[in-house]
Amino acid sequence: MFKKSIVLTLTAVFLVGNVFAQDFIQVKGSDTLINLVQRLAEVYMEYHPNTAIAVTGGGSGVGIASLIANRVQIADASRPMKAKEKTAAKENGVVPYEIVVGIDGISVIVNGDLAVNDLTVEEIGQIFRGNVTNWKEVGGPDLMISLYGRQANSGTYVFFQEHVLAKKDYSQRMKRMNGNAQIVEGIIADKSGIGYVGVGYVYDDKGNVRDGLKVLNVAPDANSEPVTPLVAENVKSGKYPISRALFQYINGMPKGAVKDFITFELGPEGQKIVEEMSFYPVAGEYSENNKKAGF
Amino acid sequence: MAKPDSITISIRKQAWLQLKEKLIEQFFFVHGLLAVIVLIGIFSLLFIEGFPALREIGLKEFFLSKHWDPTSFERESYGLLSMLVSTLMVTLGAMLIAVPVGIGTAAYIAEVANPKVREVVKPVIEILAGIPSVVVGFLGIIVMGPLLAKLFGTSNGLNAVNGSILLAVMSLPTIVSISEDAIISVPQDFKNASLALGATRWQTLIHVTLPAAMSGVVASVMLGMGRAIGETMTVLMATGNAPAIPGSFLDSIRTMTATIAIELGETVQGSIHYRSLFVIAFVLFIMTFLVNLVSDLVLEKYQKVNR
Repeated sequence: MFKKSIVLTLTAVFLVGNVFAQDFIQVKGSDTLINLVQRLAEVYMEYHPNTAIAVTGGGSGVGIASLIANRVQIADASRPMKAKEKTAAKENGVVPYEIVVGIDGISVIVNGDLAVNDLTVEEIGQIFRGNVTNWKEVGGPDLMISLYGRQANSGTYVFFQEHVLAKKDYSQRMKRMNGNAQIVEGIIADKSGIGYVGVGYVYDDKGNVRDGLKVLNVAPDANSEPVTPLVAENVKSGKYPISRALFQYINGMPKGAVKDFITFELGPEGQKIVEEMSFYPVAGEYSENNKKAGF
Repeated sequence: MAKPDSITISIRKQAWLQLKEKLIEQFFFVHGLLAVIVLIGIFSLLFIEGFPALREIGLKEFFLSKHWDPTSFERESYGLLSMLVSTLMVTLGAMLIAVPVGIGTAAYIAEVANPKVREVVKPVIEILAGIPSVVVGFLGIIVMGPLLAKLFGTSNGLNAVNGSILLAVMSLPTIVSISEDAIISVPQDFKNASLALGATRWQTLIHVTLPAAMSGVVASVMLGMGRAIGETMTVLMATGNAPAIPGSFLDSIRTMTATIAIELGETVQGSIHYRSLFVIAFVLFIMTFLVNLVSDLVLEKYQKVNR
């Protein structure tokens, strides 16, 4: 009886929710963002039962293409829109407005026993391109480097390739691992390994960096100070060089339910969820950027 | 007047029976045909989907280029060579381990072990076949990988040896089970004749029993090999997936199956990248087809000899 009433209530809520939902927002795009935006949408819908939000993935490119075709209200992207895409949007009469919902730092990790602490972006690029193959070339021990990266379907793979490898090819010897967690396991077991993962993946359940793992300090160039991504301030301020903004694109100045949802995302509760999902909240120049779209 | 009536009834009954017989025959014919239709369907699907890529990129690039990097910013490349080598290598490695161990185990169970041991060992080996490949792959990462790294003094154990060992374990049940059936069905007379001529049990096993059971043994090896070539999840997890052409068994490899599994999800339907994955699948299909064909030919030859 009790169970039955729960089912009935749920059905009723579902039906009512659907019948009275006046606003329907479709969000599509980046797989890096999908879990975050889904969580944001769930919490938002608890407060606003009249709004239904559907979040789907497919990749940044797919999301942006859908926005250009005017099939979705919001496109998620873990990279900025390309010039080509902006032209296509213009031709279609779509005016994309850009919002940054959070910041993601990509940490470069090595085995805890490796006597290397700092690298420049250039050095990391050379290592992953396969031009530097021994740790001694970058001030480490005489040990062949073994590379761990993601597979081509990962946005992180593409971002890292664009910003650290300067769009050059990855070394053919790089092991293409299934996910962030596998890279971490691989590095912990491999004394000469180097890999890249989202900052959230380097911690154990107590919030400390995992045993046997070392997060490198990265310098933008040879003349700058190496900085660690483990201090939130470094990533937020853009001092840590391998960080990226997580974007959402909207057609035209946001208004109505879409505006309301984005206001929630950028508000204190939304940004708390951003942090819970191991990303960093929006700050500095990115906040300025959001003001242009009316936030 | 009752007589003709009963005759017509029996004639009708007979006609009905004949019809029923025909229908049942047709029923089974359709079922037999179904497998053929499905096979031809898959073959043509792979070909139709892959052909545009073959035409655009060219056979030369597919089979001679060493690089596979369809998402490159510099130059998109579509070389199958490296994954072809990887697949062949890991399969060969698996067979080098699984064939001697498998046939040895089968001979032991069939000829040496006492019935009580046999009753326990055979089902246990067959249970091995039921372990999900993702679980085997997982063991490859956390158990076999570190073990191999220590053993060979390499920095990590995500390589062709790891994949070979795991695939050997996965194809063992097939090889042991079918070989054992073949060995046990060799007539006792053969063995008795050999023993009566003064041959030892070992000589009998090697020179009489195993040759007599050869067709079944070869079939089991071929089936095991088919399993190894087509296995995806295990190799995807345990071999590191580096696309470089492997120089040795201690290098990381990326098989054809792993490449398809990794990349199919991200490609745009109908793009050249998408179609080139169908080309890989097509080549893989041809390879397993050849393995089966060879095993069929071998089987037929041995069956003739035995008769």
